[in-house]
Amino acid sequence: MKAAIMHHAVAALLLAATAPPVAAQTQDAKAGETLFSRYGCMQCHNNTGQGGQAGPKLAPEVIPYESFAAIVRAPAPRMPAYPREALSDADLGRIHAYLQAMPAPADPATIPLLRERQAAASRR
Amino acid sequence: MTDSTEAANPSRRRFLASAALGSVAVGAIPIPAAAEAATAGKSKLPPPSTRAAAMERPAPADYDAEQQDSYFVKRPGSDVMVDIIRSIGIPYIAINSGSSFRGLHESINNYGGNANPQILTCLHEEQAVGLAHGYTKASGKIMAVMCHGTVGLQHAAMAVYNAYADRVPMVIIAAAHGDLKDRLSTVQWAHSAQDPVTVIRDYTKWDDTPLSLQGFAESFVRAIKIAQTPPMGPVVLIVDSHLQEEDASGIVVATPRLAPATAPLGDANAVRELAKWLVAAENPLLIADRLANTPAGMAVLIELAELLEAPVVDLGGRMNFPSDHYLNHTARRRPLVADADLIVGIEMEDMWGVIHTGVDTVHASFDRVASDGVRVATIGVNDLFLKSNYQSFGRYYPAELAISGDGEATLLLLVDEVKRAMTPTRKRRNDGRRAAMLAEFKKMRAKAIADAAIAWDAAPVSTARLCMELWGQIKDRPWALTVDAMFQSFWPQRLWDINQHHQFIGRSGAYGVGYGAPSSVGAALAHRDAGRLAVNIQSDGDFLYVPGVFWTAAHHKIPLLSVMHNNGGYHQEAMHLQRMASRRNRGLADSASVGNAFHQPAPDYAAIAKGLGVWSAGPVTDPAAVGPAITRALQVIDSGEPALIDVICQPR
Repeated sequence: MKAAIMHHAVAALLLAATAPPVAAQTQDAKAGETLFSRYGCMQCHNNTGQGGQAGPKLAPEVIPYESFAAIVRAPAPRMPAYPREALSDADLGRIHAYLQAMPAPADPATIPLLRERQAAASRR
Repeated sequence: MTDSTEAANPSRRRFLASAALGSVAVGAIPIPAAAEAATAGKSKLPPPSTRAAAMERPAPADYDAEQQDSYFVKRPGSDVMVDIIRSIGIPYIAINSGSSFRGLHESINNYGGNANPQILTCLHEEQAVGLAHGYTKASGKIMAVMCHGTVGLQHAAMAVYNAYADRVPMVIIAAAHGDLKDRLSTVQWAHSAQDPVTVIRDYTKWDDTPLSLQGFAESFVRAIKIAQTPPMGPVVLIVDSHLQEEDASGIVVATPRLAPATAPLGDANAVRELAKWLVAAENPLLIADRLANTPAGMAVLIELAELLEAPVVDLGGRMNFPSDHYLNHTARRRPLVADADLIVGIEMEDMWGVIHTGVDTVHASFDRVASDGVRVATIGVNDLFLKSNYQSFGRYYPAELAISGDGEATLLLLVDEVKRAMTPTRKRRNDGRRAAMLAEFKKMRAKAIADAAIAWDAAPVSTARLCMELWGQIKDRPWALTVDAMFQSFWPQRLWDINQHHQFIGRSGAYGVGYGAPSSVGAALAHRDAGRLAVNIQSDGDFLYVPGVFWTAAHHKIPLLSVMHNNGGYHQEAMHLQRMASRRNRGLADSASVGNAFHQPAPDYAAIAKGLGVWSAGPVTDPAAVGPAITRALQVIDSGEPALIDVICQPR
């Protein structure tokens, strides 16, 4: 058990050491916002990646980069594929950073218009 | 003393002199009395006809009996037409004015007193037809449209195709100058055709060109009967200008009684067999599309679903099933289709498209969604009326049991048969199914609510926020939505309680853009007359096809509340372009907006609406400002006027 804890701690330290600094993450997210629009992602997933009828939700719970990249490179049939020649790994990473930067959604119970819907649903 | 006007403007004297000479030369132009005296005895023209002589009289009051008899048309044919139209009880006729129907237009105004039918002034024939489309679906009453037989029908064509594909009845009165003696100008020749209906015949149910008033009477009544018999659709009558304008004094016209036909009913044995299948099925699924033309259609589907505790997928061609009913599982369509052992499609536009889904890749293909062993039955009238050219009938699907009959009428039979076929085992199983269905329904609602919270405060405004701000202010009124909300991710269907038949009227039919605004105005007219608030979520692309219809709303005081979903482009088409670029491995950045975005410059929808006489606000960019803007708009609506709020929104 102790060894396992140590292992996770070391892994966390290594991850922290290799992760880009916060400023760089913010910069990436900002660039990612522009790329999200330029590459037409928002056409189906909407501006903040919340999804809609035409495309699934991408944020705020964002899947790991590796899975994200695999889908973008070889997506489900309705989505166009984005090969590396068209969208570099670096830019795809920035788009991912943009989605990761999305704030957690508000609790519907704190939004009166949605709280009313929750109450209506619970009456059924 | 010199006339100051002439001195100041000597050219005026020369003009008047030449004009007087000109009058002598052409002869037929009415001549002022003084000039006539000056030229008396000099003319070598033949004496004027009785009619021309009558025209030269200064005032009709001075006409003697003979002159009146020869000049005035006492009972124009178009007055008789008004009587015939009135015998049916058509409340409105939407027109874009045209000379070929000036006779009937005048008769409606002055003989009919512009009531029953009342003229709705439209600024384009496409808007007139779209307006009739929405009105009929919202009111259940047929509307007439009147236009030129040539250029008018050409303008109307797209909207007629929508009505045809959507199985919506309407009668189009299109006028023509049939004979050369009635074509007095170059324009009238250009506005004449041997067969004016040819441009829309492929997507109308029936047409006729009556050559007498008796013919008009019988064809008009027949047209209404045909249009309203399922499968319903638009019909056209070509009405010759001569027939409208000729004197019908002494002509006796017998207008036949409208004898509506009963709706075609599904075969009783087939319905009984289907009832047995439904009772025996483990996972039956009911799918409805253009089913509920009346509230009875919705009621009978609810009864059937509850009898079986079967989930319903409402494809939204009509208001088929309440959005807040625990058996409405539309959002679970794909897994339900995959798991079903029996699927019953009712008044389906595309049964094949439910069983399969298109795979839009380089080598386009289809995936089967339903299981291989699924039984499929259909009920509907599609096979009873088909035309070949335009293929809105969809891909052929070989249902095991295809029952030809009107959905509403046949479901009544089916419910009775299911009750007869019901077994104790099935009833016991239903108890467990009900709880499971309710739990799934609550999960769907909870997910929709949670999804709506994402981007709640984002700008541009999310479509979820837009729809919920609207809901918050209409829910306690008698309200009705006039559009299908497909491009707003169906938020109303997911979150609003849409449970009255009048609260939703389905989609366009043939997916022709330019339907939303006119049909909303038409629906709002029906809702105004019924004392309801009509709400339109107006796509910007659709608005730009047909903005003039908002003038019609202002002119006729139709209190439609329109909230613009302003997303600045054709986003669906942008995605098609992205797919093309992806397959060709080029231009995936930026190029999809070329030809699809129309936000530079950004159209000022509030300014356009204001210019058309509609109260407006916006563009609203702050999500928190949407609600207050709707509050202000509702004050305008309550005064009986239309209102529009432009909101800068996210794409979908």
